[in-house]
Amino acid sequence: MSRFLVRRVLGALVILLIISAITFGLFYAIPRDPAMMSCGKNCTPDMLAQIRHNLGIDHPIPVQYWDWLKGVFVGRDYAGFGNCNAPCLGYSFANREPVLGTIMDRLPTTLSLAFGAAVVFLIFGVGAGMLAAVKQGKFLDKFASSASLFGSSLQIYFVGYVAMFFLVSKLHLFAQPSYTPFTEDPVSWFSGLLLPWLTLAIIFTANYTRMTRSQLVEQLSEDYVRTARAKGLSRANVFFRFAWRGAMGPIVTVFGIDLGVLIGGAIITESTFSIQGIGRLAVDSVNKSDLPMLLGVTILSAGAIVFFNIIVDAVYALIDPRIRLA
Amino acid sequence: MTSTDQQPFLSVRDLKVHFSTEDGVVKAVDGLTFDLAKGKTLGIVGESGSGKSVTNLTILGLHDRDRTAIDGEILLDGKELLTASERELERLRGNKMSMIFQDALASLSPYHTIGKQIGETYRKHTGASKKEARERAIEMLKRVGIPQPDMRVDDYPHQFSGGMRQRAMIAMALVCDPELLIADEPTTALDVTVQAQIMDLLKDLQQEFGTAIIFITHDLGVIADIADDVLVMYGGRCVERGTKKEVLRAPQHPYTWGLLGSMPSLDGPVDVPLNPIPGAPPSLLNPPTGCRFHPRCTFTEKIEGGLCSTEQPLLKITDGRGAACHLTADQRREFFADYAATRSH
Repeated sequence: MSRFLVRRVLGALVILLIISAITFGLFYAIPRDPAMMSCGKNCTPDMLAQIRHNLGIDHPIPVQYWDWLKGVFVGRDYAGFGNCNAPCLGYSFANREPVLGTIMDRLPTTLSLAFGAAVVFLIFGVGAGMLAAVKQGKFLDKFASSASLFGSSLQIYFVGYVAMFFLVSKLHLFAQPSYTPFTEDPVSWFSGLLLPWLTLAIIFTANYTRMTRSQLVEQLSEDYVRTARAKGLSRANVFFRFAWRGAMGPIVTVFGIDLGVLIGGAIITESTFSIQGIGRLAVDSVNKSDLPMLLGVTILSAGAIVFFNIIVDAVYALIDPRIRLA
Repeated sequence: MTSTDQQPFLSVRDLKVHFSTEDGVVKAVDGLTFDLAKGKTLGIVGESGSGKSVTNLTILGLHDRDRTAIDGEILLDGKELLTASERELERLRGNKMSMIFQDALASLSPYHTIGKQIGETYRKHTGASKKEARERAIEMLKRVGIPQPDMRVDDYPHQFSGGMRQRAMIAMALVCDPELLIADEPTTALDVTVQAQIMDLLKDLQQEFGTAIIFITHDLGVIADIADDVLVMYGGRCVERGTKKEVLRAPQHPYTWGLLGSMPSLDGPVDVPLNPIPGAPPSLLNPPTGCRFHPRCTFTEKIEGGLCSTEQPLLKITDGRGAACHLTADQRREFFADYAATRSH
C-alpha cells in the first residue's frame, strides 16, 4: 500500500509538471500581451517595459517557467511585493493578489457546490439505476431509462436559466443562488446552493442511472449471482452483497473522475448562477490574460483529478480482491 | 428408479419449460418425466441446448419466472416445488437440494473468501455463528481434499487452482448435507486426472450420505463411471432411458448410437474413424415436426409413410427402460448390430 502511494504520488507530480509546462507554453502561443491590459490608454513604450519588468515577463519564456517552478518549491522574492513563501504560485497580473490566497478563498465555494451536487446525483442516479435494474423491462425501468436519456440531453445553461426564471423569480420556491460559508450560516449555505446543486446534478444523475442499471443488469446475469441464489440466499441479499459489489467498481471510477472535474470548477454552473468559485476564476483569468492565476487554477484542477484517481484505484482494490496495489 | 412400491425421492412428471422471447416461444423442455431414488445417480446426457441445464435450474426454481411458462410436476420428497413460494424454495436451496456448476471460477464470487462463501450457506440454513460456520467451512474443505484447509479457507477463488475451485464448489454444495445434488457438468473444464479425483469424491460422499445425484454431462465416459441410470435428452425431450448398462451396451435410439459413435473407444481398434452425428441440434423455437431427431437421422427411410416427420414417437417406459423411436424392437436390434460391427471392423 505504501509503495503504491509513493509511486502514484511521484507519478502525479510528473503529470502536474508536464501540465504546468504545457499551460505556460500555450499561454504565450496566444498573441496577447498581458502588459498591454494593465497599461491603459495612454501607454508609452517606457511604461510598457516597466510593467513587463514588474510582471516578470521581460525574461525569456523558459527562464520565466523556471522562476515560477522554483517559486512553487522554495518560494520567491518579488521586487515591490515582498517575499512569497513556498508553495508560491505568484501574484495575479490583474489585481496583484497572491494566487494561492485567491484560490483558497474560492475553494470552499466550489467544494460546497461539487460535493453537494455529488450527494444529489449519487443518491438519485444510483437509486434510480438500481430500481431500473430490479424492474428490468417493466414500466419503471423504461421510465427511468427515458427520463435519464432526457436528462442527459439537457444543458445547464438552459435548465439553469429556466429554473432561475420560474422557480426563483416567478414562484419564489428557491432562494436566489448565492454562496454563504457553512460556518457562518448553515441554513443560507444550504438554501443558496440548493438550486445550483439540483441543476448541476440533473445531467450527472442521468449518467449514473444508465451506468448503474447497465452494470447491475450485467452483474445479475453472472454465474456467481446464480450460485448465490442456488445456495438459498434471498434476492435482496444477493442483489446488494454480490451484484452491487461487482457493479460498484466502474461507478466508483467514473465518480472519481467526475469529482475531480467538478473541483476544477463547474464553469457553466458557476457562471449561470453567478457563484464566485474556481470555475469563474478560471474564466476571468483567461479573459484578463492573467497567467499566474490561470496556472494556479489549472494545477488545482489537474491535481484534483490526479488525486481522485489515486483514491479510486485504492478503493477499487478494496472492492475487488483480485486487484493488487503495487 | 425401478422400485415401484414406494414414492421416489425426486419425481418429475411431464415437465414443460417454455420461454417467451421476442422471436417466439422456445420450448426448452417439452414433456420430461423421470424419477430418482435416494443414494442413486441419474446421468442426463445430451448436446448443448437439449434442455439438460434448464430442467435442473427449474428444479431449483432458478429459472426466470417472468418469462417462463411451466407445466407439469416436480415432487421432492413429496413436496411440490413448482407451486412452492420463493421463501420455501430459499429454505430448500443449498440445504435439502444443491447444485454444482460447471465453471467454478465464474460460479464462485470473486469478492468473498472461499470460507465465507461456504460458511454463508451453512449459516443461512442452520443459524450457526460466524465462528462455527468458519470451522464448518474448514471441515468441508478438508473433506473434499484441500490441503491446509485452515489456511486456504481465507483465500479468494482466484488464488485457487481449477481443480481446487471445483472442490471448493462441491464443499459449498455439500455443506448442509443435501439429499439431492445436481451436478451440471462439474468436470468438463478440468483435466482428466482432476476429473477422476472429483468423480471419486462425489462417489465417496454419496456413499457416506446417501445423496441422490443428478449428473448432467455430454461425456458418455463420465456417465459410464458414475451413473446408475441414464436419460438421453434431445431437443427438450427424453429420447431414451434405462440403466447405465442398458443404454451404453444396448442403446435403442439412433441418437444414442450417434453419441456413442462420436466418442473414441479405448479398447476398440485405433484406426476406427470417429463418426459424428451430421447436422446441428434443432432450434427449439421452431422444432422439427414429428420426431425431433428425424432431420439428422439416417434411418428415416426404413419407416413406412414418412412417419418420422409427421408423428412424434411415444416414449413407452417399461421397468424404467424405453426409447422414443418409430423403429420396431427387431429393427433396432438389427441396425445397432450392424452399426456396432462397423465400429469394431
